[in-house]
Amino acid sequence: MTMLEQAVTIALCALGTMATRFLPFLAFSEKRRTPQYVQYLGKALPGAVFALLVVYCLRGVNVFAGSHGIPEAAAIAVTALLHLWKRRMLLSIAGGTIFYMILIQVFC
Amino acid sequence: MQQKGMRLRALKAAFPHTVPIFAGFWFLGLAYGIFMNVSGFGFWYPLLMSLVIFGGSLEFVAVTMLLGAFAPLQTLAMALILQARHLFYGVAMLEKYRGLGWKKPYLIFGLCDETFSINCTAEIPEDVDRGWFYFFVTLLNHLYWVSGSTIGGLVGSLLTFDTEGIEFVMTAMFVVIFLEQWKKEKRHDSALLGLGASALCLLVFGADAFIIPSMACVLVLLTALRRPIERRCGLL
Repeated sequence: MTMLEQAVTIALCALGTMATRFLPFLAFSEKRRTPQYVQYLGKALPGAVFALLVVYCLRGVNVFAGSHGIPEAAAIAVTALLHLWKRRMLLSIAGGTIFYMILIQVFC
Repeated sequence: MQQKGMRLRALKAAFPHTVPIFAGFWFLGLAYGIFMNVSGFGFWYPLLMSLVIFGGSLEFVAVTMLLGAFAPLQTLAMALILQARHLFYGVAMLEKYRGLGWKKPYLIFGLCDETFSINCTAEIPEDVDRGWFYFFVTLLNHLYWVSGSTIGGLVGSLLTFDTEGIEFVMTAMFVVIFLEQWKKEKRHDSALLGLGASALCLLVFGADAFIIPSMACVLVLLTALRRPIERRCGLL
């Protein structure tokens, strides 16, 4: 690739990303009231989206091979239990991550 | 003076929310910078790409694109497919980002997974300006990502500490945010539906192609079940 082709490739990546981020805001401007249906989606989507993000993070885990996703499941359980117990965001995240690192580095 | 005090208060309120992202972005950013470095690119590549794209997964894929033959259409299509989930973030933030003036274009520009998660769920104290809070969360995350990937690009393969497994910090963060969202809702229709649809799509379509089908499933189900969900979840 020439320098120019590289620049175009990077610019297209930025353009594609920005298109997906800006489109909803361009489609539903501030001047008009957002349609009821879209307002409903705005309120109902977050629940589903965070579930999707958790699955997205775990997409590389293979339950049928390697460590069978056991370290991931255990670390998620630790994170969730810590959070339900203390409800301190940083504590839950740090606790779960350190637990996972120990599992991976010592046992796998 | 007043303005300065307001900004400082918003920064102080925003910073603690971004600490897990700092850990995650520095690790992932370093990894990305190192990857670019060993692929033969100077540090200004990760610097520039993190600054203008600000989207981790696509930036990793872009390294492969830059090493291959020039294929503009394929590049754009790949970017749109990989980043399509941001469409949902925009729809969810329409009302929250309404009327924020000059800050709004930057907030939308920086609406990555992590920034969306914080700005969508954080309970902002009464005396903190909403616009500045969102702004600082976005800016801090952007800075973490750019600095992490630039440092990775600079020091490259010199680093040899055992950080294996630290990437789990992102998973842990989304688990915690999922729980926070769960506690906020009276009914969990949307969360369960999202979990079921994306897990099923992952099984059917595989890791590289499940996002778009998952989004389609979620959209179809939320639309078809609109009336009962509105009634049960008190969204009316």
